[in-house]
Amino acid sequence: MYGKGIIKGLGVTLKRFVNTYLDDIAWWGHRYYNPEGIAHRSSKDARGVFTVQYPEEKLPVPEEFRYVPFLVYDEGADGKKEVRCTSCGICAKVCPPQCIWIVRSNDSQTGRPIPEPTEFYIDADICMNCGFCVEYCPFDAIVMDHDYEIASYQRNVFNMEKLLKPASYYKSIRPLNYAINESERNAKEAARAAKAAAATS
Amino acid sequence: MVALVQTETLDLAARFPGSATADSRPGYTGWIVNKDKLIEVATTLRDEFGYDLLSSVTGVDYFPDKMEVVYEAFKTTGGPGVRFKVQVPRVDPIEVPSVTSIWPGAEFQEREIWDLYGIKFINHPDLRRILMWEGFEGHPMRKDWHEPFYEEDNKPLKSRWPDGKFVSAEEKNVYKDNLQFPQNFDPEKGLFDGEAALYGALAKYQTIDAGIKTDHVVVNMGPQHPSTHGVFRVAVVLDGETIVSLKPVMGYLHRNHEKIGERNTFLQNMPYTDRLDYFNSMSNNWGYSLAVEKLMNIKVAERAEYLRVIMAELSRVQNHLILIGMLLNDLGAFFTPALYAFEERELILDIFEAASGSRMMCNYHRFGGVSRDLPEGTLEKIKGLVEERLPPKADEFDRLLSENEVLLSRTRGVKVINGEDAVRYSITGPVLRAAGVPYDIRRAQPYGIYDRFEFDVALRHHGDLYDNYLIRLDEIRQSLRILQQAVKQIPEGPINSQKPQYQVRVPAGEAYGRIEAPKGELGYYIISTGKPNPWRYHVRAPSFINVTALEKMCVGAKIADFVAIFGAIDVVLGELDR
Repeated sequence: MYGKGIIKGLGVTLKRFVNTYLDDIAWWGHRYYNPEGIAHRSSKDARGVFTVQYPEEKLPVPEEFRYVPFLVYDEGADGKKEVRCTSCGICAKVCPPQCIWIVRSNDSQTGRPIPEPTEFYIDADICMNCGFCVEYCPFDAIVMDHDYEIASYQRNVFNMEKLLKPASYYKSIRPLNYAINESERNAKEAARAAKAAAATS
Repeated sequence: MVALVQTETLDLAARFPGSATADSRPGYTGWIVNKDKLIEVATTLRDEFGYDLLSSVTGVDYFPDKMEVVYEAFKTTGGPGVRFKVQVPRVDPIEVPSVTSIWPGAEFQEREIWDLYGIKFINHPDLRRILMWEGFEGHPMRKDWHEPFYEEDNKPLKSRWPDGKFVSAEEKNVYKDNLQFPQNFDPEKGLFDGEAALYGALAKYQTIDAGIKTDHVVVNMGPQHPSTHGVFRVAVVLDGETIVSLKPVMGYLHRNHEKIGERNTFLQNMPYTDRLDYFNSMSNNWGYSLAVEKLMNIKVAERAEYLRVIMAELSRVQNHLILIGMLLNDLGAFFTPALYAFEERELILDIFEAASGSRMMCNYHRFGGVSRDLPEGTLEKIKGLVEERLPPKADEFDRLLSENEVLLSRTRGVKVINGEDAVRYSITGPVLRAAGVPYDIRRAQPYGIYDRFEFDVALRHHGDLYDNYLIRLDEIRQSLRILQQAVKQIPEGPINSQKPQYQVRVPAGEAYGRIEAPKGELGYYIISTGKPNPWRYHVRAPSFINVTALEKMCVGAKIADFVAIFGAIDVVLGELDR
């Protein structure tokens, strides 16, 4: 019969139309604006409407999600910012679009480089969010952010002030990565202490 | 089809004494062919040895003394290919005979080499610039050509560290000074010889119809046209509604990816490959890492091999889903199939995001493995998708569309291309298989671990639009088969066989890595000189080369079918224009 294929296809759309309401009823009251509902809508069992009402509701980002990086500082005693970066320049060298600019200065007395960077810029308009700087940083000093709402009227050139964020923020957005980093750092610290102890005894 | 002579050892030097020699540079393979004998050698390779598919043609600038044109030919029956080269002194005019008479698929590639390297191809049917604009002066891929934003030959740039005081590019290159154009070109008038050459190239067809006398009309579709999926233009000559002649105009999105690639270090190229075919960054990464791993001669970690297969096949599934959806959009079924496809794609992108950190620009591969292992629970998610969710969804698409009478009348019998022509025009991927040629690199020359999986090469025989639609569904099902096996077999273990290094050591030599990307054969031709940056980085982009036959496909068809045919070839402009 001519038109059978069309009717069959319309059957599919009708089924999906009905499913939308069935799913709404089954998840009555907590399908929208609710983390559980969002998780359901992005799972294999999702039926019906997938739409996420951004910006009223937002998809949770996975831990690995990467957006323009920031610099980590540890909170020292009396609120001093202990910047982890040693301005070794690996991030600037590995950066594919070359959007990282670092000024390293020398100590005026000894003439040797100061570890903490004097200036650090990331041109966020050029950054391609590849994550190489984070991957190859030997000091876990730079971390990819989760904050993706950075649209602005000016060029987004981030300086140190804008880039520095505390380690506690890092822990809050990437708990697993933070834990791995910390255990590695502690192991390194312990090894160094053991070596020092062996040397003195 | 040509008769095939099975030769295990291809010895061109013995066959053509004096005019073909083995390439003996360290790390290089293949044959160096005398320029005057090129046509003869190429004809022999095709007709006697059965290398019927010319996969890639590209130029190399061995600054300062010579230029080279590199050809990669394969057999559609499978197995390794042959690489042969022509060397010419680097003094203008540089001339090489065109192989378009043997393999018409070389047409656009030779135009590209002329455009970017300034190598003239003798007897080429239509040698004009292809990616750069017609008034452009110079040949940008030459090693001594520098762009207005030029800073240094190779990255990392010295201005970034240790004295990296930020200067924006606009400050250094002031507006109106950041452009180069020929002296006699007036941007205010905006007219140049290119248009005349384009319309001249269109004029070669004559109308054959003896019916009602009609005028020919030149129609420009694009660059801004919904059917072109981006900025792509075709100039069409119409007789009534029938296409008499057609020429694609491209390059609107050209950014000289290859020049950027030659400035980058080997690792830095990885995220750039994501931006070629931005739907399938997982596959793009693979082709590149395959080529570099060949050069480095390293093995890939076992678990990483499985992760690569899983990601590449998921990528293929979502690519074909979108293709079906968008093809239906082009045919006028506005957005219902497209959005159904996007729902499933959304679930696949969630997996990419969890594994790699980004939905589309995955940057997932590293030399010797992958960048990150799957986070907890993701493998279960993939299992749920490929075992429970996606197979019924593929069937749902079948029910929704396959028997729809409107779709049938629009697609069935609308020829795209037949098998023989498809091979001649170097078409690869689903379009070739829909025309009855069972050529799939996963089977023809397996890479990674594809030899371990059980799957069929999807095949359809008519080469019409309907088969092009059906083959995508077939391939989705075959990909799901591979995925179901892969998620069961995936072992535990390290995800990279190498230590993480930000500057890899790549020995001198050349390599061609190719994979079966969702759109066709994606190849990377890399030359290393042992330095941190590749000397040559060439992308054999399936979208670009499949478009070579667009004219062949569309002449004689109706203008409305052009939209559908172009949709069925499955191009992505990021890859086409590079």
